[in-house]
Amino acid sequence: MKILALDTSSPATTVAILEGEKLVAEYTINNINTHSQKLMPMIAEIIKSCKWRPEDIDVFGVSLGPGSFTGLRIGIATIKAMAQSLNKKVCGVSSLEVLAYNLMYIDGVICPIIDAQRDAVYTATYKWGANRLIQLEKPSILHIDELNTALASKSGIVYFVGDAVSKFRLRIEEKNKDVNIVFPTEDLLLPRAYVVGEITRQHALLGKVKNVRDITPVYMRKSHAECQYEERQLRIEKEKSWLVGQKKNKE
Amino acid sequence: MSKDAHENVITLAIETSCDETSVAVMKNGREVLSNIVASQIDQHQKYGGVVPEVASRKHIENINQVIERALREADLTFEALTHVAVTYGPGLVGALLVGLSAAKAIAFARGIPLNGVNHIEGHIYANFIEHKELEPPFMCLIVSGGHTHLIYMKNYGDYEVLGKTRDDAAGETFDKIGRALGLRYPGGPEIDKLSKKGNKEAIRFPKAYLERESHDFSFSGLKSSVLNYLNSEKMKGRKVNIEDVAASFQQSVIEILVEKTIKCAIEKQAPLIVLAGGVAANTGLRELMKKECFRNGLELRYPSIKLCTDNAAMIGCAGYYNYISGRFSDLHLNAKSNLKFENRKT
Repeated sequence: MKILALDTSSPATTVAILEGEKLVAEYTINNINTHSQKLMPMIAEIIKSCKWRPEDIDVFGVSLGPGSFTGLRIGIATIKAMAQSLNKKVCGVSSLEVLAYNLMYIDGVICPIIDAQRDAVYTATYKWGANRLIQLEKPSILHIDELNTALASKSGIVYFVGDAVSKFRLRIEEKNKDVNIVFPTEDLLLPRAYVVGEITRQHALLGKVKNVRDITPVYMRKSHAECQYEERQLRIEKEKSWLVGQKKNKE
Repeated sequence: MSKDAHENVITLAIETSCDETSVAVMKNGREVLSNIVASQIDQHQKYGGVVPEVASRKHIENINQVIERALREADLTFEALTHVAVTYGPGLVGALLVGLSAAKAIAFARGIPLNGVNHIEGHIYANFIEHKELEPPFMCLIVSGGHTHLIYMKNYGDYEVLGKTRDDAAGETFDKIGRALGLRYPGGPEIDKLSKKGNKEAIRFPKAYLERESHDFSFSGLKSSVLNYLNSEKMKGRKVNIEDVAASFQQSVIEILVEKTIKCAIEKQAPLIVLAGGVAANTGLRELMKKECFRNGLELRYPSIKLCTDNAAMIGCAGYYNYISGRFSDLHLNAKSNLKFENRKT
């Protein structure tokens, strides 16, 4: 089984090809260029250098999110269109899970944090048990202060991964002097396409691959405009019911 | 290359620059095999305008199904495609990136060339689909929600930009005035409809001609003047006749568009004028332009309404001419939200 996998949920663009369990090639560029500029040339390069052809690929894997909205869409649009035009199946994976895999078989709590802007992170917690990643807490969006509060109750070692580490490391350390926190080296902080490919392989073995139309980005957050609109509607509703109440009081 | 070498070129075209997810399949540039336009207008109406993030989300939800429908309607499969054409700007960057990423992926996966198309250029080519006999040179007025350009098209891919807007696009002004009048988004078609019932001479709104020799446009002064009028009437407690405001405002816009276009055509000795873009669907503009063309002995062409507004067929047609003249894009092609339409000669 030949797999092409990629992740564009963080500022790094990462692409891998796998043949069964074997990692054939992995290519990551972590610079300021956009995913749009980097991704397709990287895919072309990695396939060409291994003398594969696009039609050789059996399954396409991609991180669905959470992460940068635009980044996710570039990766997902690319994977879906490749699979669609070659009539192949796809597999979408969680970018938080992908990050947790960087610390395979480690003993302790793994806490991926992905930058969600406005001082917040997309996060969840995991641990390893019997060759399997176990989710402890469901993915959520937390303000950095909320994350710090939640950390205070943790026992054992907490390992952080994800692109938000560089941004919040000091604020986390400062507030959690009593918690045993580890920030691994830089290379373990970013998502790897190999992991996306490996999860895709496991899904494929279980027959859990999907049709192109059945995967969509996992944003975990509504657009700013939608939130504002809903807030406004709520306010209007409140005012309305207040007015109705006033009217009743008068009667 | 000889003409025979390009027989039966099948183009897959993708356009996602704003709020329409559109995919077309074209044969030899001008024949539309399918042209699917999935409009998101309902999604944006409640916000009173296009919300970029909402647009991008709808594009990625829709794009693969729209591609599938376009191929099915053309009764073709991916194997039949000769090349892929895609809008890479100008437009909303997040929206553009969805179509562009999909186009690059298909081109690479199928091993076929990619042709990036400037959206503004695409609007001109809608006319080649509509009018099979049409050939350059001609004078072209491109008016839409994002663009107002006066272009002399000498040949395919050979353009001279004579004028453009210095502030708002004509269509943008329509939408903003529409909002101020409490009309549904987009305001352009609504104002056009109301104008028919109003008196276009009821209110004298200013027209900006700019410097004597300039072919540029400016609509922000007109916009302010209409907004000021609405405000002052409100302050005086007077009820505004919306039809008259719509008609008078529209007249100011189209008079300046028509006058400048005719002037340019005469200067360039172009016997033919071509309209393009969403505002080319405006009936007032079409009628006045027709009248003035007739008076000046000029010919006029414009696309049907479906080809005026954003669609992938026009991108496919422009992409086809890029393809046959050997102008290809590579996989590094990036979306450019402010991509300019500049003088170009090939």
